[in-house]
Amino acid sequence: MTAFFQWLATLPPLAQIPIILAAFGVVVALILFFIELAPRAGRGYSIMRLVVAVGVPAIIVLVLGVYNDAVWLVPLAAVLGGGLFLLDRRARGGRGSLLQLVGFMAPALLLLAVGLLYPTIQTIISAFLSNNGQQFVGLSNFAYVFAGGSQGLVALINQIVWVIIAPIVATAIGLAYAVFIDKSRGEKYLKVFVFMPVAISFVGASIIFKFFYDYQQGAQIGLLNQIVVWFGGTPVNWLQTSPLNDALLIVVLIWSQTGFAMVLLSAAIKGIPEEQNEAAELDGANALERFRNVTVPGIRPTIIVTWITIAIASLKVYDIIAATTQGQNNTSTLSYQMVRLFQNLPPQTGTSSAEAVLLFILILPFLIYNANNIRKQRLGL
Amino acid sequence: MIATDIDPRSARRVERATRRAESAAFNDSKKRLSSKGATIAAIVIAVFWTIPTFGLLVTSFRQPADINTSGWWTFFAHPDLTIQNYTNTLNFTDTITVGQSFVNSLVIVIPATLIPIAVALLAAYAFAWVDFRGKNLLFIAVFSLQVVPLQVALVPLLSLFSNGITIGGWAVFPGLNLNGLDGSFGRIWLAHTMFALPLAIFLLHNFISALPVDIMEAARIDGASHGQIFFRIVLPLARPAIASFAILQFLWVWNDLLVATIFTSGGNFPITKLLTDLSGTYGTTWYLLSAGTFLAIIAPLIVFFSLQRFFVRGLLAGATKG
Repeated sequence: MTAFFQWLATLPPLAQIPIILAAFGVVVALILFFIELAPRAGRGYSIMRLVVAVGVPAIIVLVLGVYNDAVWLVPLAAVLGGGLFLLDRRARGGRGSLLQLVGFMAPALLLLAVGLLYPTIQTIISAFLSNNGQQFVGLSNFAYVFAGGSQGLVALINQIVWVIIAPIVATAIGLAYAVFIDKSRGEKYLKVFVFMPVAISFVGASIIFKFFYDYQQGAQIGLLNQIVVWFGGTPVNWLQTSPLNDALLIVVLIWSQTGFAMVLLSAAIKGIPEEQNEAAELDGANALERFRNVTVPGIRPTIIVTWITIAIASLKVYDIIAATTQGQNNTSTLSYQMVRLFQNLPPQTGTSSAEAVLLFILILPFLIYNANNIRKQRLGL
Repeated sequence: MIATDIDPRSARRVERATRRAESAAFNDSKKRLSSKGATIAAIVIAVFWTIPTFGLLVTSFRQPADINTSGWWTFFAHPDLTIQNYTNTLNFTDTITVGQSFVNSLVIVIPATLIPIAVALLAAYAFAWVDFRGKNLLFIAVFSLQVVPLQVALVPLLSLFSNGITIGGWAVFPGLNLNGLDGSFGRIWLAHTMFALPLAIFLLHNFISALPVDIMEAARIDGASHGQIFFRIVLPLARPAIASFAILQFLWVWNDLLVATIFTSGGNFPITKLLTDLSGTYGTTWYLLSAGTFLAIIAPLIVFFSLQRFFVRGLLAGATKG
């Protein structure tokens, strides 16, 4: 595989697209071919299943390019494959059904295990090791962060500020906007203005706002400072003024996420039966009362989902800080800081991992809530 | 002759009157539901949401000399358009030219959108229509991975790609050996594929599992295998869900900075990464940043405006990723 990727790297960029897609297509075709043939009865198919079960794991190990000192992995993989073949002979769904299931699931599960599960566990371990990864240091990485080392404490506090402010404001404005334009003429067009930033990258949004906040000597070219000047004030170097700069960066996230909230909430509002609003109106409820007593209870689940989604997004924010202040003047967050620490020379892996773990702990309640929801849904089915 | 002359006219008159009456009734019902104040508030929000983008857009078409000396709002008093900023920016070299980084973004985004779809479809089908023990638990685990911040996974994954795994002195996996290979996109394709899977499986599964049971059972009774059902029934019917996810993933990968920062180097920087670097080094060179920003957001905006329906559908189906 290494050789293939290295060869691919020598080609012009655009030529690499069809080749990688073709190579991947061949792999998928082989898997589908096997899935189709696996459950068939007959001696020939049994032999095929045995060959595939033993051969494919061994081939995967070989393709990944194992060094000479770990060749024993090849027979090990083959033996494990053989075990799978034996298990499959007694599978509940009939011979071949287990191998077929493996064919469906293995690519995704392998990629998930390598790409998300293993790294997460590794990061948690690294958080308790020294920066060079050699010694166990207990909680001292965390102590270092909490003591303010590498701006860790500032980053933690900022992260919490982000996750408190951004989701509430974005959801509130999104909800207000959705209600304001509901059933108004030109609703479709009004939606586009607020929704469009959702498609713009955080990097793009950051530069758009960096220009909006721009400060310079003499004539101002940033609109915000020009407005200050028009009202007779002195221009401010916004992004260097702590703690205001933090709030101004949060504005970028709110700007980009409000459209998402608006679209979700608007769809939910359309789902409220018209009769409820009419009944409330006949009872003499004014617009605000109708909003409080009919609309909000009707879309409460959507409000929660929206809030959680944006909260998770604000725990992961990296781009906005990277493209504007780069964490200077007390604007760093854990999600930004941990990447920077890792990019230091030499990398501060221990501290960086400790911050990643803190971030993970902050996100854990959302994860549990979501998992619980989905569990209820699936048991309900 | 007379009849044909008068009839259409009176018919038109009646038509016009009905239309007027209808629209009056319609406006009445509207007045009850949305007040003037609400509309004004909405317009204020819409204006605030648009002004910053509009300002930079105007700036990107101004003469470079004007940009740093006067505000973009003065442009309307002295209009002086140019597309020079765009041509200059496309050829501007940092580590590579902005034009090259645009191509790199394309090279990254196409495989990184298509590959996870194929892998996720297989798994989503099995989660929906193949019975096996521990299915629910496994599905919840996959779904939960969606929330894991990429920051937690990046460092070990990079080390896995470059140094491999060594257990007890044995190099179990030697790594991909792609470090410093400027032309290679292998690592970022793999990383994006892996990170996309939880959301992809979740969205596609939700759709595939909602397909009517009757169709599946009929197909089974007719002797169709899982392979045939997957190909002949699920793939064609799941097309809208595939389109929705493809758009989300396209936008996500094109707009991504974090994964690109870790898994690309010099020669294969995508445009977001190059733009971030430019913003750091040439923070006040606005002709460059303004044109660069619009070059970077043009592809997502085209996708957004042409395929908004699918995009909204994807968002509504539950999008929590990153």
